[in-house]
Amino acid sequence: MQDDSKPLSPHLQVYRPQVTSVLSITHRLTGMILVLAAMLLTYWLTAAAYGPEAFSRAQVVLESWPGRLVLFGFTWSLFYHLLNGLRHLGWDMGWGFELVKLRITGAIVVASSVALTFLSWMWAYGHVDKL
Amino acid sequence: MVEFMLPKNSRPKKGKVWPRPGDATNTRTFKIYRYDPDLSENPRIDTFYVDTDTCGPMILDALVKIKNEIDSTLTFRRSCREGVCGSCAFNVDGTNTIACTKPIADIRGDIKIYPLPHMPVIKDLVPDLSVPYAQYASIEPWLKSDTPAPTSERLQSTHERAELDGMWECILCFCCQTSCPSYWWNGDRYLGPAILLQAYRWIADSRDEAAGERLDNVDDPFRLYRCHTIMNCTNTCPKNLNPGKAIAEIKSLLINRR
Repeated sequence: MQDDSKPLSPHLQVYRPQVTSVLSITHRLTGMILVLAAMLLTYWLTAAAYGPEAFSRAQVVLESWPGRLVLFGFTWSLFYHLLNGLRHLGWDMGWGFELVKLRITGAIVVASSVALTFLSWMWAYGHVDKL
Repeated sequence: MVEFMLPKNSRPKKGKVWPRPGDATNTRTFKIYRYDPDLSENPRIDTFYVDTDTCGPMILDALVKIKNEIDSTLTFRRSCREGVCGSCAFNVDGTNTIACTKPIADIRGDIKIYPLPHMPVIKDLVPDLSVPYAQYASIEPWLKSDTPAPTSERLQSTHERAELDGMWECILCFCCQTSCPSYWWNGDRYLGPAILLQAYRWIADSRDEAAGERLDNVDDPFRLYRCHTIMNCTNTCPKNLNPGKAIAEIKSLLINRR
């Protein structure tokens, strides 16, 4: 398509990030992150099957601060990808294409993915019962 | 192909800063993409200062004023100056729109004007639109009917006619087409939002009898299914149409006819 004698006009360099495109690329990124998360889950399960020593080594890694930070990121990725996936299912059924609905459902996905992430971590730390 | 960087010959350099109007009290700064095919130089970004007290309200007014009063070589397409021809489509302030209906006052700070994104540039703000035009021809945008022509008009019910609302208004400015990252990366094979909206315009027309054939034509991993519902198209359409929804309608018709 590109005729080399003519310059190509700027695209990513000048196009202002849009709510639509940022949510879309985040869906892709969280999808890729979840592949890594699945690998880590596999490692954890494999370690558990391997024996108590391997499992406790895995636990040390996962319970460390960097480990927890990574797990926190994975949790958010899971909720974002899940909720935005519902948005995609709506689109597949022909629902939610109006600009207003795009923005509202987008905001709901972002807000509830953050909320669910914090809630599940509070639950994991045993804080939910106190609420 | 996804390529984040511009090719070497396409990276804009610093351009000329044109003198400020002497007696103006209110000026706006315009940073405009320039490319001269007669020079073997990279594109550049020129800076112009426009006196808004003696200029019309729209971006197009400013471009015309610059061409008339500052630099007559500034090249851009324009015609109707009222949002019905689709000629003056540019990337203005980071999103695609038609300059004649975009108020200068809507933009804060410097006003950046680039050609429609990810297209070969002929000169300044004029992109080469041969590919989208060829893609438009490929969907055969005319009424097809096997039944003998009636002696009067082909009538539609009010409902049938209403099916075309939101599609006949398209002016083929290609703002949506060139806002779509999928079209940037696969524009040689993906038809893009503007063309698919037009494809659906004929599929949905009660007078047309070639819907099946039209669906066959777009039922392709690249021609149709490079749409990943990013929705930059609907977000940027200066006529407030919904190409993203039209594409979904085509996908849904294809599933339902299986």
